[in-house]
Amino acid sequence: MTLALEVSGLCKSFGGLPVTNQVSLAIEPGERRLIIGPNGAGKTTLFNLIAGDLTADSGSIKLFGQEIVHLRADQRSQRGMSRTFQIITLFPKDTLSHNVVLSLLGHSKARWNAIKPQSARHDLYEQANKILSQIGLGHLADRPLSQVSYGEKRRVEIAMALAQKPRLLLLDEPLAGLSMEERKTVQTLLADIPRDITMIMIEHDMDTSLALAEKITLLHYGNVIVEGTRAEVVANPRTQEIYLGH
Amino acid sequence: MKRLSFFAFLACLLITPLLGGDYYINLGSQILIAALFALSLNLLVGYAGLTSLGHAAYLGVSAYISGWLFLRLGWGHAMTAPAALILTTVMAAVFGLIALRATGIGFLMITMALGQVLWGLAFRWVTVTDGDNGLSGLTRPMPFGFNLDGALAFYIFTVIVFSLSLLFIALFANSSFGAVLRGTRDQPRRMVALGHNVWLIRYLTFIVAGFWAAAAGLLYVYYHKFIHPHALGLTNSAEALLMVIAGGSGTLAGPIVGAAIVVLLKNYVSAFIERWTMLLGFVFLMIVMFMPDGLVPGLQRLWRRIGIGQGKQGDTQ
Repeated sequence: MTLALEVSGLCKSFGGLPVTNQVSLAIEPGERRLIIGPNGAGKTTLFNLIAGDLTADSGSIKLFGQEIVHLRADQRSQRGMSRTFQIITLFPKDTLSHNVVLSLLGHSKARWNAIKPQSARHDLYEQANKILSQIGLGHLADRPLSQVSYGEKRRVEIAMALAQKPRLLLLDEPLAGLSMEERKTVQTLLADIPRDITMIMIEHDMDTSLALAEKITLLHYGNVIVEGTRAEVVANPRTQEIYLGH
Repeated sequence: MKRLSFFAFLACLLITPLLGGDYYINLGSQILIAALFALSLNLLVGYAGLTSLGHAAYLGVSAYISGWLFLRLGWGHAMTAPAALILTTVMAAVFGLIALRATGIGFLMITMALGQVLWGLAFRWVTVTDGDNGLSGLTRPMPFGFNLDGALAFYIFTVIVFSLSLLFIALFANSSFGAVLRGTRDQPRRMVALGHNVWLIRYLTFIVAGFWAAAAGLLYVYYHKFIHPHALGLTNSAEALLMVIAGGSGTLAGPIVGAAIVVLLKNYVSAFIERWTMLLGFVFLMIVMFMPDGLVPGLQRLWRRIGIGQGKQGDTQ
């Protein structure tokens, strides 16, 4: 069976500082993988390398068996990879539904049409509203994004990623900055994501995200330190030392 | 509703010069030519978020090509116009490859440098451009046998060309491509993650902006029957940028209003006040201070605050 994502020997340095050092990951289709590590462990850098925002110095990245390390970020998205950002990166002046429509346009030929009015694309807006309803934001579809709460923005981020029906979903700290209440909503939302989507999630705080993960990778100074099931990683003395000991 | 008021405003703008004599009709033609030029620049500045200081290059080169082919090779207008449009658009396609290696200030500097290179070329390559003398002895075209030498005839011609261009620019801005383009302006990184080829979107827009500036260049050379290196220069590029920013970038009406203000100040007011550039500077300063996003969005907001536009607040969003 081909792996959903196979990273091998991935390296990236900023100047003389290696931020990703010979990282290898093997993620099964449908898996929920959690990547943890203290501040500066290189978690987001690893995501940026996988998503194509940064180019790797060396190594290979295979998405469902296909080499993608030489592809641009937008080409990787076309191959079925979606991501969310740690810092909310949305379109504040546009409505929630327009935000999702921009995501739908990303994989639609309509995006090259320079004649037909965008406002006439009712199908896209209907589809966007349906997706927003599924995550419980249907009633806010016509509201400008700047007028909704932080937690709702986080959910829009996820909705935009899901709208593209990805094969692999990269979530960069989806729970960061949320209240306990909002955290539960987003956790339920993530738990409901169907199994045909493989998920990799970065979290800084271990406690909040353990429930979702099946396998955990612990990064430290750009190296994979421990990898295994939840119990194995928590029990490992290196984890205790690097992470839980703080 | 908004569309209706836009067209009503435009119709008023188009009819007004007819109430005066030839002088005002010519002024109207000049405003429309400047407006088309500003609208083309606005595609970059307003919709793509790429501030260019070299947009006069496309207006000037198109005008020079048209004039040169007519004078030196004796081509007719039916040939020179498409040739000027095509060659200038090809030039935009080449310049875009260079300029779009950067965004922000880098983009601004590269476009300015490219513009200045052409300006220098027009000045120094005397055998082709006749340098500081410019190319004179040009004529206006005679579409379907109509003589455009009269002020009114040329104005009507300009109105037709301008309206058609405006229609296509409006379609472009409001299309799906336009929506995606605005997305690349606001959040390029997110757009890339969503599968949009941000570079290609910007590059295509750069070429389209070059094409419409070339169209403005043809009107420009037909109007003046003369072309001088000044048309390619930094002053001309900066003036167009001023029109876009003063009127309101990223809107359709903004560049038109901006063009009207600058051309009126330059031609009409300068007859009464010698230091009209000072007045232009003052007007620009006031706009930037009180309506930093431009006259058109600023007035719309004022309009709503007074309460005339109440009840349809979502209209302008």
